[in-house]
Amino acid sequence: MAETMLAASDLTRRFGGLTAVDRVSIGLERDAIHALIGPNGAGKSTLINLLAGELQPSAGSISFRGEPVPAGRPERMAHLGIGRTFQRSNVFPEFTSFENCRLAAQARTPRPWAVFEPALKCRQCNEAAERSLATVGLDARRGVLASALSHGERRALEIAMCLAADPCVLLLDEPLAGMGTEESQRVLQLLRELRRERAILLVEHDMDAVFAVADVITVMADGAVLASGPPDAVRGDSAVRQAYLGEAL
Amino acid sequence: MSAARRALPLIALAALAVLPALAGKFYVELVAKIMIMAVFAMSLDLLVGVTGLVSLGHAAFFGLASYVPVLAAPDKYSATSLWTSLPLAVAASALLALAIGSLALRTRGVYFIMVTLAFSQMVYFVFHDTKIAGGSDGTYLYVKPVASIGSWTPLDLGNATHFYYAMLALLVLTFAVLRLLLASRFGHALRGIRSNEQRMRALGFNTYAYKLAAFTIAGAIAGLAGYFAAVQFGFVNPEMVSWHQSANVLLMVILGGLGNLFGAIVGAFALVLAQDFFSSLTKHWLVLMGGFVILVVMLLPGGLVGVERAWLHWRRRRG
Repeated sequence: MAETMLAASDLTRRFGGLTAVDRVSIGLERDAIHALIGPNGAGKSTLINLLAGELQPSAGSISFRGEPVPAGRPERMAHLGIGRTFQRSNVFPEFTSFENCRLAAQARTPRPWAVFEPALKCRQCNEAAERSLATVGLDARRGVLASALSHGERRALEIAMCLAADPCVLLLDEPLAGMGTEESQRVLQLLRELRRERAILLVEHDMDAVFAVADVITVMADGAVLASGPPDAVRGDSAVRQAYLGEAL
Repeated sequence: MSAARRALPLIALAALAVLPALAGKFYVELVAKIMIMAVFAMSLDLLVGVTGLVSLGHAAFFGLASYVPVLAAPDKYSATSLWTSLPLAVAASALLALAIGSLALRTRGVYFIMVTLAFSQMVYFVFHDTKIAGGSDGTYLYVKPVASIGSWTPLDLGNATHFYYAMLALLVLTFAVLRLLLASRFGHALRGIRSNEQRMRALGFNTYAYKLAAFTIAGAIAGLAGYFAAVQFGFVNPEMVSWHQSANVLLMVILGGLGNLFGAIVGAFALVLAQDFFSSLTKHWLVLMGGFVILVVMLLPGGLVGVERAWLHWRRRRG
């Protein structure tokens, strides 16, 4: 069995009286795409934000490669190699696509604070930025300000920034939302390639896409895990059908 | 236009270099004072324009350092050495900035503005309400620090021309060092924090440490300016630490244009010269001054250094 990269155990997050994530345990294995589905408000994005350190859990713990990690410290998670994208594009609007990616790559250099050494001469950063833009097909738009990119391009830039940091765990929050068919296909193909040596958590609403690429599917509803397993098992699960999938499958 | 624009700073520098040969003592001293304020403004631009930290307490670091040449002297009729009192002043300001920054940077936005203001007022009242260096009256700096190497004194800080060129060198040096810093990975990270701090943390930057480093560097440079301001004026009083001083330098940065250092320099010249000009017209000059600032902010969103872009934009819109 492949190594479990990132795992959560009994993770809970309450907002006032609402329990957005309710005792969720989940393990992301290397070489696998783990899809997370569920209706709106099921707690998928909250779970990603907990795993990425963006939110402090109310209870429960997170471990990386078996070691417990401090919660609520996004920069620590990024240093462990956990990359993420945001549900709503979250980029540096006044920077170009290339600069966005270079800054992402810079975070993983040995001395990201280096003073008196021009950032433009950081070869490691430049190469990583170049590579990640080419991977998502944005190389022709490298000099365009992120604020001037189309919605779909900005989604692609999100992914490129994530890749520029060379993560071993990817937490992708609806990466396909707002993308055209061609772009979506490209990203799905990319995810299949990225799966090697990495663990991927994919939150996605497009069921065709999910069933096309996922190795494991976890279904959430009302903050809790409803079912988890290989796609076929999940597809056949009656609780899942009732709660969420309806007649769609 | 763009070649002319690139040549402009060099022309300005050349003009500053020959000014003492052409102008009288009054203007030499005035421009030296402006250059000190420009260094002060550039240090604040590192926070406001580059990192996105609006501080309303920057005079604390300027003011603390201005007291050092007085306090470091054994008695009021003996001089300190520039080589010991200047590093002492800069270090004191840097330490104060480190201490204030470590607390203030736990807040954000308007709270950060209020907290920096509150801390600088604390420093103000330390000088105002105690007997340190003359209390609320301030005190004279009777003898200027001496810059001698052995028996050789290359620089006489009491000589207006010497002092002028020393300040010109300080301005150019500060500008060059800050430019290098902005072009570095550290500088890019600061700009990233201004643009989207949450994203920077998600990328793995410990943004608190970056902001604290910027705050400390800015405090140290403000100290550099404060020290020479005291040396030039020949006296110090709590006004150097007051929030008026903090607001004044913030106004310079905003007036000139944020985030590129040129704006801070242009803003320092514009503000001091405008004050000088308006106050020569009428004793109600503050009204004119206010109108001037409002006009610039309304018509030139990029500050005075953005005048060319604003003009092009305006012409395009008119067809």
